[in-house]
Amino acid sequence: MIPLSAYTAVSAVLFMTGLLGVLVRRNFIIVLMSVEIMMNAANINLVAFSHYLESMAGQLVALFIIAIAAGEAAVGLAIIIVVFRSKISTNVDEMNLLKW
Amino acid sequence: MAGIFFTYFALVSMAAGVLTVTLRHPVHCALSLLALLMHVSGLFILLNAEFLWAVQVIVYVGAILVLYLFVLMLMNLKTDERYFHSSALYILGPAVLGAGYVLYLLLRSPFDGAKGDTPATAVLQDGDTYAVGIKMFSDHLLQFEIVGIFLLGAIIGAIVLAKTPKALDAERERL
Repeated sequence: MIPLSAYTAVSAVLFMTGLLGVLVRRNFIIVLMSVEIMMNAANINLVAFSHYLESMAGQLVALFIIAIAAGEAAVGLAIIIVVFRSKISTNVDEMNLLKW
Repeated sequence: MAGIFFTYFALVSMAAGVLTVTLRHPVHCALSLLALLMHVSGLFILLNAEFLWAVQVIVYVGAILVLYLFVLMLMNLKTDERYFHSSALYILGPAVLGAGYVLYLLLRSPFDGAKGDTPATAVLQDGDTYAVGIKMFSDHLLQFEIVGIFLLGAIIGAIVLAKTPKALDAERERL
């Protein structure tokens, strides 16, 4: 029997990895991928608690998180394409002009 | 047996996560993100959540990751020499310390609470899809509709953002 704290530990390591990726990387696409890693960590946590505390609500929230991740990826990649078209770069430290 | 599978899925997903953050070429990062997503779906199987396993494979791997790869290959990015942010070193140390402390707290806490109404035997008898469906369309119908509206808005927003702004460019040239 795997203890619940093992799942939460895996989820914590994944979440910290994603957070580091958001803070450390320069490429905007990889920053978005790190956000996906963080969402997956949250999903592991939700499903693990849903299994061990015998309630279905955690899996439902995980489903909604997956749907929201899909929307976030679509809008984020559209923003990247717009910025890339005008600046020919996807580095986050070169996007410092908040106007068109 | 479950312990062996859990160890495998956990170790490979953590390694793939680290690779996603540290690899230089963006396409390699996307491919290690693929490995991460598949192994996280394996963890869902171990937790009796086979419907979420299917959703993870179809939506995350089949739709979101393919979208990322499309955009990566559409832009044909050059890999930079300096691919970390300039303040990376200041962030790394506190982050590792904080992660160690959180892990220490997690591994020594028992995590117990009030049980819900769906024990594992009921899920195994009717299937996870049945349990999720009954719960979603009875108690959580409003959230389901809100997510639908949200996805519609996201689609419209993505189309509006990614459209070529010809009218704006013509106006700017006149000014």
